[in-house]
Parts: sequence; structure tokens; C-alpha cells
Amino acid sequence: MGDFLSQFGALFAEYPVVSAFWVNIQLTFWAAIGSLILGTILALMRISPIASLQWAGAAYVNILRNTPLTVIMTFLFLAVWTQLQITLSDDFAQNFFRFGVIGLTVYHAAFVCEAIRSGVNTVPLGQAEAARAIGLSFLPAARLIILPQAFRGAIAPLGNTLIALLKNSTVAVAVSVSTETSTLMREMIESNANYIYAIFMIFAIGFAVLVIPIGLLTTYLSNRLAVRR
Amino acid sequence: MSSQQSVLFDAPGPRARRWIVLGNVLGALVVLGIAALVVVQLAAKGQFAAALWEPIFTSSAWQNYFIPGLQNTLRAAGYAIVGAVIFGLVFGSGRLARVRAVRWLSGVVVEFFRAVPVLLMMVFFWLLFGFNRISDDPAFLAVVIALILYNGSVIAELVRAGVGNLPKGQSEAGLAVGLTGGQVLRSIQLPQALIAMLPALVSQLVVVLKDTALGQIITYNELLRAAQIFGNGNSNNLQTLTVAALIFIVINWALTAVARWLSRYLSGRTAGQTAAGPGIGNPVAIAGKGPGAPPVTAGDPGGGGGGSVL
Repeated sequence: MGDFLSQFGALFAEYPVVSAFWVNIQLTFWAAIGSLILGTILALMRISPIASLQWAGAAYVNILRNTPLTVIMTFLFLAVWTQLQITLSDDFAQNFFRFGVIGLTVYHAAFVCEAIRSGVNTVPLGQAEAARAIGLSFLPAARLIILPQAFRGAIAPLGNTLIALLKNSTVAVAVSVSTETSTLMREMIESNANYIYAIFMIFAIGFAVLVIPIGLLTTYLSNRLAVRR
Repeated sequence: MSSQQSVLFDAPGPRARRWIVLGNVLGALVVLGIAALVVVQLAAKGQFAAALWEPIFTSSAWQNYFIPGLQNTLRAAGYAIVGAVIFGLVFGSGRLARVRAVRWLSGVVVEFFRAVPVLLMMVFFWLLFGFNRISDDPAFLAVVIALILYNGSVIAELVRAGVGNLPKGQSEAGLAVGLTGGQVLRSIQLPQALIAMLPALVSQLVVVLKDTALGQIITYNELLRAAQIFGNGNSNNLQTLTVAALIFIVINWALTAVARWLSRYLSGRTAGQTAAGPGIGNPVAIAGKGPGAPPVTAGDPGGGGGGSVL
């Protein structure tokens, strides 16, 4: 057992496990910001009274969320980078990292849009009618009555999207981001097949440690801030 | 779009209607402008050349690449969803069991497999089966098992949420006529919860179908990989992958429409909530414990009166 542990410790020291997770966290961080911005714009388009914007937002969401993320990533790598020869950075690693962030952003923006929209949909019509009845015009009604409730309703679905984003950041391997966890796990197992279970458990537990607190926090927040109706 | 009444906007008057028309025209111009820009850029790079598109519309492309690829995708997704439903029913009822140890164990299993990225599981099983020569086609088996473990855990949560979101009166009525807790679960709560979760289950099928594409990374010969091999051979990856993406989009779109229809159709047939899932991650949360706490759902509130129309 002690022998096993020491070899296992050596394995851990030999490979950059922590920095692989750090790559996934960075991918998640930038893609979360990007998809929050893009998703909010899309949600505004879809809840606006302007038909052409509604249509464009709906088309984006229906196309992107029905496309596998792997297809998007492969498309960025083989079609956009290889075939159209569009580069985002002279540095190879940086270039692929940026493509990875873009792929994660455009995919998850569709889900952020739907999360925000479902938040708006949790607000009953009577709230808006009551706001009008006491004389609030559009902006004050939106700012004081509707949006605060809508954001609270959107916390749980946004948290779910963030969790999915973190786990999906491993798919960046399809656009050649070669320093992230799934690639490293594969390398480690291929050259240390005896420790296959232990190596898988390191990575699995690493993700569980990252994912479960986000889930607990969003559940706590959405229960605490939920509008009781 | 629907004529649903928006919570944010009043019915527009004559002046607002003029503004909306103006915004409509401007919005359409911006959207068309962006589309035109993309088309012009692609045309400038010669991406509409017939030589790049022609190989796709030959019978050999479909016979040898797209259709076998799609068959493999559907085969993996079919096995995975059946396995996931079984896994989900077992561990979902496990989480509702009366014995604490069973509840706890089921909870650990479900939470673990929901937290681990599907790709990591696929890579792990692929290498494991490859080393041990467990199967002739380790990639297929790895895709199916990884998808069963992840989606089964999500379905287990759907079962639990389906029961948790039933009105309390259902179990109270069961207990009042003298049923035991287990009997209430089996004969009153689960049947209604299963009907209520059907739309979310169909949405989960979309997730399964999308995640089969991860098999490309572990060399499972599904639609994406078939398209990629074909595209590499003809140097037209952009065109080929677009066609592959369109196939995925059409199938998933149809499934999403079925889920929405089911959600409306079933809403009058069960006391549970029949929301379709969002097509990503964990689709449902369970109603808060406090009396009168609202059930929280991530999906569209279906036909439940919320009036959400996709």
C-alpha cells in the first residue's frame, strides 16, 4: 500500500495535473463571460417586441443548441482554421485556446439565453399589470418590479449552464487545446496503464470538487432568493 | 412567433407600433447585413465552388460515409437511452428508498456521475476496454457506457424531481386510505412522475444524441467522424461538416418539438409538472421543502399556465 502510494505520488508529481485543471478553469472563465454577454443580448432580442430580432434570436438558439459541441469545435478547427485559414493568434497554443473559448461561448450562449428567458417567464403577468396600475412606466417597471424577479428565477438555470460549461470545457480537445484535463488523463493512462483506476479517480474527483460547490451554491441562492408565490 | 402577451411590454399604441415597425426594419437590415457579410467573405475564399460541394451529393458519399455514420450515431444513442432509463429508474427510486443506506449510496452514485465530464468517462472506458480486450469495438462500448452513466444519473434526478414536484395531497391521500410509504411511491407517485417526466426524457434524448459526437474523439465511427474522414479526403471539411451539423440539427429539432408537444399534451393528464428539459446539464430542480415554496424548473414551464412559448 505504501509502495502504491509513493509511486502514485511520483505520478502526480511527474504530470502537470493542477495546471491541466487550470486550463479548463480558464476556458470556463472566459467562455462564461462571453456567453453571458452574448446570451443576454440574445435573450433581449427574443423578449423584445421586434419580430425580426425575435426571429434572429430564435434561429440562433435553435441552431446552436441542437448542434453537438464537438461538431462546433471540429468545425472551428477543420473548417475555420484549416480551410478558411483564419487565425486568432500567432502563437499556436494561444490560437487554439481562443478557438476553444469561442466554441464554448457560441454554444453556451444559446443556453444562457434560454435560462434568462425562463427567468423572465417566471414573473406572472399580474406583476406587470400591478406596476402599470400604480403608474410606473416601462423603465421603472422593468427595473423595480420585473427584472429583479426575473434574475432570481434565472439563477438556477444559469448555475446549471455554468456547471455544464465547466464540464464541456474538456471538449476543447477537439479544437486541439492539448493542455487540458482529458488529454492529460489520456497521456497518463497510456503510459501508466497499471494505475488506470487511480488516474481516472484523480480527474473525476477533481471535477466533482469543482462542480459540486457550484451546484450547492446556486441551489442555495435560488432557494434563498426565490420569490415565494 | 406567438402572440403571447409579454410581461415586459404593454400592448403597443399607434406611436409605439410605428417605432416597432422602424425597429423591425432596422433589425432585419442588421441581421441580413451580418449574413451577407459572411456570405461575401465565404465567396471571396471560393467556398461556394461547385467542386467543393459536388462530392457531398454523390451516392457514394451517403452510402459509405453519412448513412453508416448516422446509423452508428443512432445505434449508440439508442442503446444509451434505454440503458440510461433503466439506470435512472433504479437509482432514482434508490434515492427515494426508506432505507437510509440505499438512499445515501444512490445519492453518491448519482452525484458522482453527474459531476464527471462525459468525455473523461469515455476516454477512461475506451482505454480500459482496449487494454483488457473486453470488446471488438471498445470505442462503441465506451460511448454507450459513459452516456448511460451520465444520462442515467440525470434521469435518476428526473425521477426524484418528478416525485418531489407532485402535489403533497397525492401522497397524503395515499397514506389516508391506508397505503404504506412504499405502496404510495409505487402505485401513486411513480406512475404520475413517470408520465410527468416524459417530455424531459425526450429532451434528454437530444443530449444523448449530441453527446454521441464525443465518440469522434475516441475514434468511434459516428456521423461526425465519418463526415470528417470524408471531408479530409475531399479537402472540403467546411462543406461536409456543415451537412453533418444540419443532420444533427434536423433530428434534434424534431425531438425538441416532440418534447414540447408532449409537455402540452400531458399537462392535463398528471398532477406532476410536465416541463421539457433545456437540452443541457441537469434539467430539473426539486420543489423547496417549505409549504407553498415554488417548484423551480429550468425548462420552459410547459403548459403549466406560464405561457412560455419557445
